[in-house]
Amino acid sequence: MMEEKKSQFLIEIKNLKKYFPVKKGIFKTSSSYVKAVDDVSFEIKKGETLGLVGESGCGKTTCGRTILKLYEPTSGKIIYDGKDITKLSVNQMLSYRRKMQIIFQDPYASLDARMTVGDIVGEAIDIHNLMGKKERNERVQYLLQRVGLNSEHANRYPHEFSGGQRQRIGIARALAVQPEFIVCDEPISALDVSIQAQVVNMLEDLQGDLGLTYLFIAHDLSMVKHISNRVGVMYLGKLVELAASNELYKNPQHPYTQALLSAIPVPDPDMAEERKRIILEGEIPSPIDPPEGCRFKGRCRFAKPICSKENPVFKDLGGEHYVACHLFD
Amino acid sequence: MEKLLKVNNLHTSFYTHVGEVMAVRGITFDVEKGEAVGLVGESGCGKSVTMMSLLRILADTGKVKEGSALFEGRDLVKISNQEMLKIRGNEISMIFQDPMTSLNPVFTIGNQLMEPLLRHKRMTKHDARKKAVELLKLVGIPEAEKRLSQYPHEFSGGMRQRVMIAMALACDPKLLIADEPTTALDVTIQAQILDLMKELKNKISTSIILITHDLGVVADLCSRINVMYGGKIVEQGTKRDIFYNPSHAYTLGLLGSVPNPKTLIKERLKPIDGQPPDLLKPPEGCPFAPRCKYAMRICEIKMPPYFEISEGHRAACYLNHPYAPKVEGFKGRGRE
Repeated sequence: MMEEKKSQFLIEIKNLKKYFPVKKGIFKTSSSYVKAVDDVSFEIKKGETLGLVGESGCGKTTCGRTILKLYEPTSGKIIYDGKDITKLSVNQMLSYRRKMQIIFQDPYASLDARMTVGDIVGEAIDIHNLMGKKERNERVQYLLQRVGLNSEHANRYPHEFSGGQRQRIGIARALAVQPEFIVCDEPISALDVSIQAQVVNMLEDLQGDLGLTYLFIAHDLSMVKHISNRVGVMYLGKLVELAASNELYKNPQHPYTQALLSAIPVPDPDMAEERKRIILEGEIPSPIDPPEGCRFKGRCRFAKPICSKENPVFKDLGGEHYVACHLFD
Repeated sequence: MEKLLKVNNLHTSFYTHVGEVMAVRGITFDVEKGEAVGLVGESGCGKSVTMMSLLRILADTGKVKEGSALFEGRDLVKISNQEMLKIRGNEISMIFQDPMTSLNPVFTIGNQLMEPLLRHKRMTKHDARKKAVELLKLVGIPEAEKRLSQYPHEFSGGMRQRVMIAMALACDPKLLIADEPTTALDVTIQAQILDLMKELKNKISTSIILITHDLGVVADLCSRINVMYGGKIVEQGTKRDIFYNPSHAYTLGLLGSVPNPKTLIKERLKPIDGQPPDLLKPPEGCPFAPRCKYAMRICEIKMPPYFEISEGHRAACYLNHPYAPKVEGFKGRGRE
């Protein structure tokens, strides 16, 4: 594959925080913050797929976008291939933008309705001045074929395509500038089951052929398990558990992960009847100024007094299985 | 058991400026009292249109062309609008897919919850309010009294879906139609809502028709499943028939598209290639033939008849014909 570089990690996130101010009153002063991502650390190896799961509002999308510096991080470090990119200016970021791409969740909202498919896919090539016009058009046609569309689709507009086809266009756009790292932000949740499998298989093929590294964000846990090497579980801005995907699904440790996994609907009548569900009471609380201590304590079956006082630390239980919970102190 | 609803050979078309879109092309199924039936298929297969035809809430361009839908002996297709008004929201009610847009933003939750009670049950405002509080408690919304005077935007997605369910249950309907009730929700909330529906089915013996594209959702709640494709029911049977003895190539494809819950080994998914058919020009033969790996020449020419695999389990697929080639994972085979 690639030549030996400084580290085996492509992405290293250290104590990443992203707070959004809540503006109130006529002077728009901000007294409180939405702590969307609060002190999250993890690494992604080259050629690996890291899954990130959690309920809506847990900060998984914000985390993905902050890594790409689409949001300016509040604090913490983002290290790309051994280089700290946290403080880079917009101009300095430009060369990194080529290497880091994103596929968005909603294939209906993420394509400009007034641009042809060819221009959507080719826009990034133009911005980075990578190719001449003829070469660029050839590349666009190649990309469209690569994602299973026809090259003549380049002259059509997004409304002429179905959801699955649009998502393919989104993937072709991400591939246009030959990235190394792609954030897949719920790329399949808007699609039908039969089409989901097509897109997932394609993402796997592309990873094998082009040596891509993925951060795969989703709330469909069975698909995440299928595609990821390792999976991280987020709750209210915090990473609560991280392990190899088989290990996490076989042997979940954090009470939240256990509840989350037990809620997956299983497409098998016998298994569905047998298994015991851990019902989580209530809903995910507001991330505006979350209380001290473990954020899951209000819904946790095992909550102890210490849970409301101290923040549990993220520690290794052995075999790279990390968990943040006072049950393992 | 007694049949609550019997849909027979229902056809629904939309007359658009480009021509007639045949969304539902002759479907037949029934629902027993106190039973949950699943209707599975991908977008555009006609599952929602079927339900809208039953409730007569189709857009102006849509029309039921043929067929009947007997609800306790009354044909929902033929009865007058006056009679329909008494059934809709009262005896049959519906939960819509998107909780974010199905509630009226300018009325309070209480106002919307009390509407069916005031209208159908002729309750006084005082009684209706009391019943509304009970309903909110039933669906697990805390501080029900306070919540009544709030507006939809003050509720989260899961809470709005609960309000929709409460509203649908207001008049103790005999039949509850749930159109993808959980697709917009998180798995944890989805589990809560499904458990709630299960509880209601057992407690007040409401019949449920659950429309979904997620096989995991029907595996738990429904006893019988209808698989729809291209405006037709291609296979129907008990959930065990469908999951353990799929007898239509499309059902087999659907089951292969989701990761196997039993294995921890990473297997490659087997997607169904291609796109669903264009119902403006529905194919003459089997609608699934263009995407089917096992399609034979006859599949493209002639719509397969229903093959009876076992009692109550039938599938419209030529693979069940005694002369058809053997296919891996396919156990069907029955009489025409």
